[in-house]
Amino acid sequence: MLANVSYKLGNLLFGLINYVGKLTLLLSQTIGLIFVRPIKRERILIQAKRVGPGSFFISGLVALFIGMIMALQMASQMIRLGAEIYIPSVVGVSMTRELAPVLTALIVAGRVGAGIAAEIGSMAVTEQVDALRAFAVNPVKFLVVPRFLALVIMVPCLTIFADLVGIFGGFIICVFKLGMHASMYLNMIAQAVDIPDILTGLLKAVVFAGIIALVGCHEGLHVKGGAEGVGRATTFSVVISFILIIMADCLFTTLFYFIFKL
Amino acid sequence: MIHISHLYKSFARDSVLTDFNLTVKAGETKVIIGRSGAGKSVLLKCIMGLVRPDSGSIKINGVEVTDIAEKEYNKIRMDIGLLFQGGALFDSMSVADNVAFVLNEFKNLDKKTVQKKVEEALALVGLQGVEDLNPSQLSGGMKKRVSLARILCMEPQMIFYDEPTSEVDPIMADAINNLIIDLRNKLKVTSIVVTHDMNSAFKVADSIAMVYHGQVIAEGTPDEIRHTKHPVVKQFIYGEAHGPITDDENLIFGHVK
Repeated sequence: MLANVSYKLGNLLFGLINYVGKLTLLLSQTIGLIFVRPIKRERILIQAKRVGPGSFFISGLVALFIGMIMALQMASQMIRLGAEIYIPSVVGVSMTRELAPVLTALIVAGRVGAGIAAEIGSMAVTEQVDALRAFAVNPVKFLVVPRFLALVIMVPCLTIFADLVGIFGGFIICVFKLGMHASMYLNMIAQAVDIPDILTGLLKAVVFAGIIALVGCHEGLHVKGGAEGVGRATTFSVVISFILIIMADCLFTTLFYFIFKL
Repeated sequence: MIHISHLYKSFARDSVLTDFNLTVKAGETKVIIGRSGAGKSVLLKCIMGLVRPDSGSIKINGVEVTDIAEKEYNKIRMDIGLLFQGGALFDSMSVADNVAFVLNEFKNLDKKTVQKKVEEALALVGLQGVEDLNPSQLSGGMKKRVSLARILCMEPQMIFYDEPTSEVDPIMADAINNLIIDLRNKLKVTSIVVTHDMNSAFKVADSIAMVYHGQVIAEGTPDEIRHTKHPVVKQFIYGEAHGPITDDENLIFGHVK
């Protein structure tokens, strides 16, 4: 029984390491091809349009409610200690460092990453990816590079938006429910949230964006077995993106706090 | 000219090509016939470098391509057009963008020249006024013709056709056959046509090769193949349910006779 469990856990771990290795190879290919001509900016713009505008509403909505929920949860504890004045600080730092980048990335992984896997997967099963190679076009250059760049540009933008909306969510609760003065709330945010808080959040957003793009593209390019395979790749891309985003978040938070003291 | 010798390719435990040998002369239309799953499409993909063979040699115009780098292969691919079985048109692009794909990707031409070339290529395959349609709005035969127009924009020296007449009605199939003959006569391209449609094979071929168990078992002019005494070839070209092919498959797959 124990041997069986450890065997399965070992397999899972090696599978994960193997998968991250494949993503790293795809990343190196992608970065290597970014500056290879022809550089088609319009392809990046098309992908950015697919990622950005559609995701602003949903990530803003989630950030707004998370900001409000955080302020409410804090309020019940902080009021007992007479420390409700620190609620804006906690909301501000939590949103910028942690919640906005992670929640935005999870939303984009579900909404866009799955779409990337499905689109490229459909292309693979209908021989469109082979057709690209037959026309001497590198599928990584044509399909992966624009999606990778679009996500790496757009996810930090979405994260900044989510930061602001999340802080506004806290503002609604603190000002209209707890009776805090608006200028007090904004002052506390300004005092608590430093540039490193925002930058570490944005750096995380860039990494998460890379994970979403690479997982979606990798799954799409390696689809086998027709429509069923496309469905499997889509589901798998969302699941694996979620896992890798959370793991990367844990790693980066550890690095920022304990190594770089940020 | 394409020269293939002692080519082997297998997927997992399935041997698809086994000591495969074939020569296609410059300007010739070679038709490769054989049952579905005989490895005909895999052969085309091996020649195009989309699938790398396990061993053996493929020489295209004297260049050994089985072990060359992808970058070098791309130079060779620029001279070869592959018509995929389903057309493989890019869903996200209009017909015009599909046809202009190679021009937009590799040649710095102005919009008007590209548009003119697209119209010419579409006219060559007998299509007009479809530039703004999406691939999903086209019938099977139209998809194949648009796909062929896309290849013609490359001005290739060789064209490989993978089942060009499958999934189209007999009239459209004959139109596609005529198109293959026209392209050979007008553009002097070297062609490989993979098919199991014998009407098409006899009509377009300069020579026909029959693939069976991953090897070429018979080769000759359409007349020679038509009058062959080889029992396997005979059963295939006349489409008989009983004969050595089906007997062999019963043996292989263990079906009850």
